[in-house]
Amino acid sequence: MAVVVVVTRLIKRCLLVMCLLCGAVPTLAGVLPDDRADALYHSYDGGGVEITGPSVLVLKKVGQNVALSGNYYVDSISSASIDVVTTASKYSEERTEYSAGADYMHGNSIMSVSYTNSEEDDYQSDTASFGVSMDMFGNMTTVSLGYARSWDTVENNNDPTFSKDVDRQNFKVGLSQVLTRDMIMEVNYELITDEGFLNNPYRSARYVDPNSSIGYSYEPEIYPNTRTSNAIAVRSIYYLPYRAATSEATVAAYAEYRYFDDSWNITAHNIEIGYVHPFPAGWVFEGRYRYYTQDAADFYSDLFPRQDSQNFLSRDKELSKFTSNTIGFTVSYDFVQNGWYAIDRGSINFAYDHILFDYDDFRDLRDTNAAVGKEPLYDFSADVAQVFVSIWF
Amino acid sequence: MTVRIKSTSLFMVACSLLLSACASVEPWVKPYERAHLADPIMNFQRNPVSSSYMTHVYQAREGARGAEGGHGGGCGCN
Repeated sequence: MAVVVVVTRLIKRCLLVMCLLCGAVPTLAGVLPDDRADALYHSYDGGGVEITGPSVLVLKKVGQNVALSGNYYVDSISSASIDVVTTASKYSEERTEYSAGADYMHGNSIMSVSYTNSEEDDYQSDTASFGVSMDMFGNMTTVSLGYARSWDTVENNNDPTFSKDVDRQNFKVGLSQVLTRDMIMEVNYELITDEGFLNNPYRSARYVDPNSSIGYSYEPEIYPNTRTSNAIAVRSIYYLPYRAATSEATVAAYAEYRYFDDSWNITAHNIEIGYVHPFPAGWVFEGRYRYYTQDAADFYSDLFPRQDSQNFLSRDKELSKFTSNTIGFTVSYDFVQNGWYAIDRGSINFAYDHILFDYDDFRDLRDTNAAVGKEPLYDFSADVAQVFVSIWF
Repeated sequence: MTVRIKSTSLFMVACSLLLSACASVEPWVKPYERAHLADPIMNFQRNPVSSSYMTHVYQAREGARGAEGGHGGGCGCN
């Protein structure tokens, strides 16, 4: 009850701040996003999991002050992950997501609403969001506020009577600032609260069992039914003059740092650096590197000492201590640069990222010869590829 | 009581100074100096569908979530 009261107060305060900001800032000139359409095909292959599917985004202005957007996204999943191989059997499923949104520009502020529906055979999610952003101080500063609420339903394919709810709320504050004629920096903060059934109904925790022939047994995971997390990220992009041997060109370099913590005692940090280099004749190359590290949740263990050893139990490797490293690139080619019929500009793009996951406390149970709790630590790599076409009209 | 009145007064003065400072802020990067900032390569969300997909890839495999950006905004260069 106390949580509801606090959250209601927070919502009221956010709405009050939004109204004050909307009313207090003199009208200058906001900018709606350009009309564009993107069609993307994605492929993820790693750790025994293959996920492919399309994503289509269309964004179109209606009149001078309104922009509408729609997104269709599919994940076709075939999973024989380490969890599935050791405790269940291979499965396939599909997740389909539809989103619709509208932006309304009034003076120097843009108000946005959106709705997203995601469906798979054992998980449904609906999300409504509202946001406002304002340019101020001669369009050098953009402040944004956002609120989203999700209503999820978790089901279990092995138990038709199983149905649990999850409610989620997101509060966002952002600041984008022009620092120099060559540099922009933005800071974003997001608070997320969850309440309901937060674990995976299929996953199990492992405990030492002297009565088992393999030395351990499994029991259902038990998570707390609330979670609150904080994330703050700082990003910056810098425009670099670059003098090549034969001609002058320009490149951009960017960097990001994010800090995360939550009420489950997970602390995470990630940094990303990247480099965008346009070449003559419409080619653009981008290279990037990302490092991520996190600590384990309080109630995570690869191997609990006995059955029911504590109130909350998890052996989800995403809640364990691990690091990941990603190296990737995107190559883009502008096949329409100066207009062609109704198309102002068009590009075809290929992106590839290679991710290495190294777990510090999640063991590979496929090695059945090792002593219990002494199995080798698990690691895997994933290949992520995207092909997409973008058209501006 | 005196301390409370003094604190309130100081707070009001600080707020007034802050507001007057905001009102007189001059953009130190003039509109005609923003050609570099308006270049498409300077957009944090240059490929929104691709960025959104990669956010989903990481969120599904990491404990961390949130503050991924994509709030809109921009540099007001257009």
